[in-house]
Amino acid sequence: MSDVKKFMYLNRRAPYGAIYAWESLEVVLIGAAFDQEVSLMFVDDGVYQLVKGSDTSESDMKNFMPTYRTLGDYGVRHMFVDKASLEARGLTQDDLIEVAWEDWETEEEVDNIVELVETDQAAQLLSDSDVVFSF
Amino acid sequence: MGTITVDGKELEVDEEGYLANINDWVPGVAEVMAKEDELELTDEHWDIINFLREYYEEYQIAPAVRVLTKAVGKKLGKDKGNSKYLYGLFPYGPGKQACRYAGLPKPTGCV
Amino acid sequence: MADLYTVNKSPFEKNSLKDAIRFSGEGASILLIEDGVYGAVSGTAAEGLVTGASGKKFYALRSDVKARGIAEDRLIDGVELVDYAGFVDLVESTDKVQAWL
Repeated sequence: MSDVKKFMYLNRRAPYGAIYAWESLEVVLIGAAFDQEVSLMFVDDGVYQLVKGSDTSESDMKNFMPTYRTLGDYGVRHMFVDKASLEARGLTQDDLIEVAWEDWETEEEVDNIVELVETDQAAQLLSDSDVVFSF
Repeated sequence: MGTITVDGKELEVDEEGYLANINDWVPGVAEVMAKEDELELTDEHWDIINFLREYYEEYQIAPAVRVLTKAVGKKLGKDKGNSKYLYGLFPYGPGKQACRYAGLPKPTGCV
Repeated sequence: MADLYTVNKSPFEKNSLKDAIRFSGEGASILLIEDGVYGAVSGTAAEGLVTGASGKKFYALRSDVKARGIAEDRLIDGVELVDYAGFVDLVESTDKVQAWL
């Protein structure tokens, strides 16, 4: 299919201090109905969106961390994380959630689509996308 | 905002009939809503309602219909993982109607 | 007596923490809230802001720390966690509040 476009959602903001992370997530969930090739990129404070262990019980905020784990079911194929941004924040892949992906027809499975990339790789991936949505 | 009466208790619902507070949910909510729709709830309905509640518990959102369809097929058998089967059970739409019975918010992207 | 400075922005995104430290005097209390709590984490490229500041006392709001999945043992030594009641106590025990956004 030649009309399948590569969509890239670029996330650069921390999850709770502003509405961007949740808005991005909602757009990805809605956009999943359109059968495009969808990837997410997490850069700068955006990497905080994937940190596990969030507990909002004392904050009166909705904990939407669990929602990221269903993105594979919504057809998201890749979740790229800029390694330099992660390291600058004292974090490693072990601090991040895992998101599984499965092709329901072929039953092909990927245990974790969260993948660290070097900055030049990230730049290339963004450049190769047909559309980049920034949040 | 309106209310529905379940087990003698008044529960708040929004203008489209969805439960205002998901924590208010008891099985009687589904029974009362189904009765209003003149629908008899069977085990097959409950399979979907329970599935939706488990999905919400794990991911904190109501699934889109196509995600629901696929997941039901995987969990309850391929013969049930299609929209014909789900619409047969929930004629007003599996996303909207079943989520409402399950006490979930309206699925994201569902208009 | 000195002032209470609140900082609610990530140190990686804004200079709020850096400037609050720079413009606060000896004995100041600096309370990190919302995304500001990322400045209280050790082992980051921004930790030097807090570890390098002398003569100031740092606090972080516990509910915001927990919401962001930050384990308590990853906080910089000397940063004290407070709850909302502790926030109020800090407001009462200082001259006034300066919010650095």
